[in-house]
Formats: sequence, structure tokens, C-alpha cells
Amino acid sequence: MTDSALRELQDDPSSRKRFIKMLGGAGAASALTVVLAACGDDKASSSSAASSSGTTDMQSNTSDLKILNYALTLEFLEADFYDKVINSGLVKDAATVAIAKKFGETEQQHVDALKATIKKLGGTPVTAPKTKFEPTLAKGLKAVLQTAATVENLGAAAYLGQAGNIKSKEVLAAALSIHSVEARHAAALNILVGRGFGSGKGGLKGALPDGAFGKPMDDKAVLAAVKPFLA
Amino acid sequence: MASSRLVAPELATIKVHGTTRQAFLMRSTLAAGAAYGAMSTTGLITQALAQSGGGDVDILNFALTLEYLETDFYTRAAEQVKGLSSYESKLTRELRDNEAAHVDALVATIKKLGGKPAAKPTFDFGGAFGSPAAYLKTANTLEDTGVSAYNGAGPMIASVEVLAAAGSIVQVEARHAAMIRLARGKAPAPAAFDKASQMDTVLAAVKPFIKA
Repeated sequence: MTDSALRELQDDPSSRKRFIKMLGGAGAASALTVVLAACGDDKASSSSAASSSGTTDMQSNTSDLKILNYALTLEFLEADFYDKVINSGLVKDAATVAIAKKFGETEQQHVDALKATIKKLGGTPVTAPKTKFEPTLAKGLKAVLQTAATVENLGAAAYLGQAGNIKSKEVLAAALSIHSVEARHAAALNILVGRGFGSGKGGLKGALPDGAFGKPMDDKAVLAAVKPFLA
Repeated sequence: MASSRLVAPELATIKVHGTTRQAFLMRSTLAAGAAYGAMSTTGLITQALAQSGGGDVDILNFALTLEYLETDFYTRAAEQVKGLSSYESKLTRELRDNEAAHVDALVATIKKLGGKPAAKPTFDFGGAFGSPAAYLKTANTLEDTGVSAYNGAGPMIASVEVLAAAGSIVQVEARHAAMIRLARGKAPAPAAFDKASQMDTVLAAVKPFIKA
């Protein structure tokens, strides 16, 4: 055990000084809270990413709220799907049940966090869409798990597609913290359904469907892809 | 510091030799991850980058340092770890190739922005390659740390194009984390939010080791 980095912090005064300088003012910063405190600042030009919070700007607020409600719709869809899958009794294997339950609970937490964030920004959360998963459920367990894998891949691509459109740093931090969880779900489900690493027919398949770089999807493409699941 | 007090002692055994700011930030990241858990470094990164004010090139060079580390890690793992299953070997090579592609992309992006890519530090991974279990455990922690680091850096990025590049990489790091976790029989997505402990928690935890 070398504990090298910690020892460096302990023993090397210049290293320590740099570290403390780096952390300066840290008490005031809780940069990553899921329920967000502030609105964005719309000073950012089209070529710059999320700006710092501080002043309220109606326009950027409105555009972030739109994105949050779009994300909320997708999370509603995912949460409802896992719920229906678990209630269907199709999944018998204990390990798969555990994963479906865990992922479903996670999606519900995303729903709750997004709703709270939208309210905090002065917006109104959309209501849950009416879903249509019966045809998928009727096809049996394999189709259900494949659909779960596809939907999670879509979720990851959807968040990635919005990152550059988000104005507020706090909203972006929250979206990123959800984005990588959707990516984890997508990879895990693709492995579990035996799709392997790469992309298969129809795209968005496999644990690493786009290789080393995840591909974003815009809202239009995502909504078209989930349309079969909306009543 | 006694290793028994560390949440992720495998991170504390990794040495990053280099004098660049990015190498220093990487050492701090690993130290915070060792003390608080791999997914608790987001706040540290956000804060450190906000303080440094170095801009997108600095952030990209930090990411590059992380990708150098991961590439080096999997390259050595593919050569040195004995007793991997064929799936684990295939996974190792896939991850190595992905990380190498990230290095290339980051170097190209830094140059495109007129910056100078950070020099590759040398790394020492301690006993990480002694067994498949030790290797996969360290890989798990490194990938979780990588996700946390990118998520922490994301909001500090000024350019939409750079954010898009970082986002497409972090998504793959998250996929890696889930794949490695599954290979270890661990929950692929242990938390609903890949978020850090609050900064004050990290500070409080690191404080005993900083005698200011």
C-alpha cells in the first residue's frame, strides 16, 4: 500500500498549497445537487455551453424547462415499462427481477427529481403519457428485455442530444448525472440479452452500439422511436 | 493513512508521475476517490476546474490525462493479467481500444482549439494485475471515477462542441463501468444519479490529511 496521492498531500507543502487553492471557497459550492436551486443565464451565445447561474432569464429558463419536460416524458415511459414488466409476471429469474426492480426504481427517482426541478424553476411538470406496452409484453420475456435495452439506449442518446442545449449549469449537472446512469442501464441490459458489444441490425443495439463514442439523438428522432409505445 | 480507512484502497495504490497541473488534479482525484468512493469525485473536479479558470483546453487536458491512465491500464492488463476468461480478455481489449480512441480524439480536439496536448505521465498500478479479481476491481473503480470526473467537468465546459465530445465519451465510460461491474457480479448502476457527495463532505474527508 503506497497511498501515494494522499501521502503527497500530507507531506508535500507545495502540493498541499495547490490542493487548498483548488478547493478555495468550497464551502459555498454544492455544485451538484439534483434538485436545483437556480435558473440559467441566457448571456451564452449559440456557440457556448451552459452559463453560470445567477440572474434569472425567462428565455433560457423556458428552454431548459422544455428540455426537462421532454426528459420527464421519457422517464415516465421507462418507469411505466418496468412497472408493467414486473407486474406481468413474465420475469421469473430472481436476478433479472432484481435488475428490473432496481432499474424501475431508479427511473422513478429520475421522474421525481425532474418533477421537483421543473417546479423549482417555476414550471409545470407534464403529466405521464399514456403508454402501450401490451403488444411488447405479449411477445414474451425475450422481446421485453430487448425492448428494455433499446429504450435505455434511446434514453442515453436523448440526454446526450440535449446536453449542448441546456442553459443552466445546474440543470446540465443534473442531466449528466442521469445520462450516465441511462448509459449504464443500456450497457447492462444489452449484455444481459446477449447482444454483445457492437451494433447489430437496426442500430442502437449492443452494449457499445456506437463504439468508443456515444451518439446523440435529437428529440424528433427519439420521439419517433418511442412512438410505438405511446397510446 | 491506514488503508483500512479507505473506501477504495485500490485507487490509492495508483501512482501518477508528472508535474503538470492535470497530473496533480489526477492525483487529487484518485486521493478523493480512495477516501470517499469512486463516484464521489464529481464535486472535487467541478470545484477544482472552477477555481483554476483554465478553460476548455485545461479541461480537455485533464480528460486526456485520465484517458492516458485508462489506456495504459488496459494495455498492461491485456498483457499481464493471468487467468482471465475469454470474455474478460475480449472485454479488456475492447475497453483498451475505446480508451485509446478517446486519447486520439482528445489530442485532436486540443490541437484544433490551438492548445498543447498534455504530456503522457507515467503510471504505476501497484498490484492491480496480480489476479483477475484484483484487476477487475481496479477497473471498476477507475471507470466509476472516470464517469464522475467527466460529469464533474461537464458543466465547466464553455464550448458546445467540446461538451458534445465529452458527453459522447462519458457515455461510453459509463457503459464500460456497467460492463465491468456485471463481470464482477456487481450492480451495474448502483445509484440513481451518478453524482458526487457534496463538496463539503469531500473536504471534510480529505481535511485530516491536509495540515494547512
